[in-house]
Amino acid sequence: MPENRYDNGPRPGQDRYVAPPEEVTVGAVDALAEDQAPSSMWQDAWREMRRRPMFWIALAIITVAVVIAIVPELFTSHGPRQCSLAESLLPPSGEHWFGTDKNGCDVYTRVIFGARPSVTVGVLATTFVVLLGGSIGAIAGYFSGWLDTILSRITDIFFAIPFFLAALVILSLLPNRNALAVALVLASFGWTSIARITRGSVLSVKNNEFVTAAKALGMSRLGILVKHALPNAAAPIIVYATVALGTFVVAEATLTFLGIGLPTSIVSWGGDLSQGRTIIRQAPEVLIYPAVALGTTVLGFIMMGDVVRDALDPKARKR
Amino acid sequence: MLWYIGRRLLQVIPVFLGATLLVYGMVFLRPGDPVAALGGERGLPEAVAQQIREQFHLNEPFFVQYLYFLRGIFTFDLGPDFTGRPVAETIANAFPVTFQLAIMALVIETVFGIGFGLVAGMRKGKLFDSTVLVWTLLLIAVPTFVLGFVAQIIFGVQLGWLPVTAGRNPDFESLLMPAMVLAGTSMAYILRLTRTSVAENLTADHVRTARAKGLSRSQVTNRHVLRNSLIPVVTFIGADLGNLMAGSIVTEGIFNINGVGGTLFESIIRGENVTVVAIATILVLVYIAANLLVDLLYAVLDPRIRYA
Repeated sequence: MPENRYDNGPRPGQDRYVAPPEEVTVGAVDALAEDQAPSSMWQDAWREMRRRPMFWIALAIITVAVVIAIVPELFTSHGPRQCSLAESLLPPSGEHWFGTDKNGCDVYTRVIFGARPSVTVGVLATTFVVLLGGSIGAIAGYFSGWLDTILSRITDIFFAIPFFLAALVILSLLPNRNALAVALVLASFGWTSIARITRGSVLSVKNNEFVTAAKALGMSRLGILVKHALPNAAAPIIVYATVALGTFVVAEATLTFLGIGLPTSIVSWGGDLSQGRTIIRQAPEVLIYPAVALGTTVLGFIMMGDVVRDALDPKARKR
Repeated sequence: MLWYIGRRLLQVIPVFLGATLLVYGMVFLRPGDPVAALGGERGLPEAVAQQIREQFHLNEPFFVQYLYFLRGIFTFDLGPDFTGRPVAETIANAFPVTFQLAIMALVIETVFGIGFGLVAGMRKGKLFDSTVLVWTLLLIAVPTFVLGFVAQIIFGVQLGWLPVTAGRNPDFESLLMPAMVLAGTSMAYILRLTRTSVAENLTADHVRTARAKGLSRSQVTNRHVLRNSLIPVVTFIGADLGNLMAGSIVTEGIFNINGVGGTLFESIIRGENVTVVAIATILVLVYIAANLLVDLLYAVLDPRIRYA
């Protein structure tokens, strides 16, 4: 019997290197709490996000925008239509913080009241897109075969039509346009990307062992899709949806600016920008405030999407 | 290779038919009579209205109308619009300017997007990277029309470097600012795509191998990092050309350019269905052609992809 039995080389049947006990610190082994559940992807992501200032900034912007959209009355004592032509184009003052526009309306009040349609359109359009694109993508990815072929071709067709063209054509048909209508139109041609994302991640999850196990245990196909495949596709969908919300807000403002989105009877940032455009040379500041409000809101959502993506992607986390 | 192109062309057919049918349906099935609208307040005499309906096959069932439209597309005879002006003439007037604008925007977004994206990706987490990222966020968050106004005020009015509006028959210089504005959002997306892709590829095995075998820094970057990172970027650019041409509606309006965007917008508002459908078809074709090109480019970028 040699003195050091680890020097004997590999034992029969063992060809892997096993670290001698001296090299493994006992502390490292003891530090692993074996009875504790492993932290989930979402817990990891939350821990990661909490540390980043960008997350808190984005959260603050989104919270403020949403609160203003729900109760604009809290932030101003004026009404958005309390205008007097005698006070047209006043410079900023104690009474009118951002000055007044051409019709003598208080710009600050209009900026505050303009938040609601933008946020509403963004939230509604994103919800529709996630529901529509998510279910089409999930069905195509999970029930492959002819159903997948047909749904994927339909997605291709909708993708091939330029988004703005479709939105303009449909919106020009609608006589009474409100936030819901604009959101529906935006969603009816904006769902393709999310369908492709969902299809891809459902496809990649489908052949995992836990799905096979669920199948073997007699779970229905729909049950597997809802309980196992979709939660695994949730991360990329959430990331995309957060950014999409921001871009829908921009799309709504652009369409309203063109005069084919929300009607002038609804106070909105896009509408005010389109009005301010006519006096851009005399009073550029009338244009600046709604633009900054719009940009900041969208920035909040896009930053949030960025932070969530970084937090959910373990590859991006390692520096 | 030829086989591959043939197969791809076959795949294009359902997309083309589906997309044109969808647009055609949306435009021609909308409520309201486009012919009645032509007469304005006094209305057209019934005989004239009837004749116009005959001429445009408006009395036929929807699918027959669509087939007539397809025949027009394939025989390159688009016919006149409701006012009698040939659609081909409208298109010939509108497309060259917009095409030039879109190509300029495409070049700008590609060069700057990939260039800055590459540098940012190589220095992920450094100052340059963070600065560029903030700028891309701003570009995405600010609508194109606001960007256009800001550019007009700063570069056009205050600094006087570039013409404020383009007007009729614009030259390269007066299209430069509209092209930059049009490219803005897409450039931000391309930059971010390149950055993420490059940062990921930097740690890939093949890049480590390339470094280990002693290739110079620029060789590693150009041949192994950038080339592999470009696949998602090229996909995006391919889909973007059609969007640039349709999305020029806003830019053309701000800079007073008579192009596709403006023509399309006016045709939609005025109910010139024939023109709308014709422009939409061309945009769909542009999209399909660009995507085909992109598919072939994949083989150039990734040696593993071969179209045998």
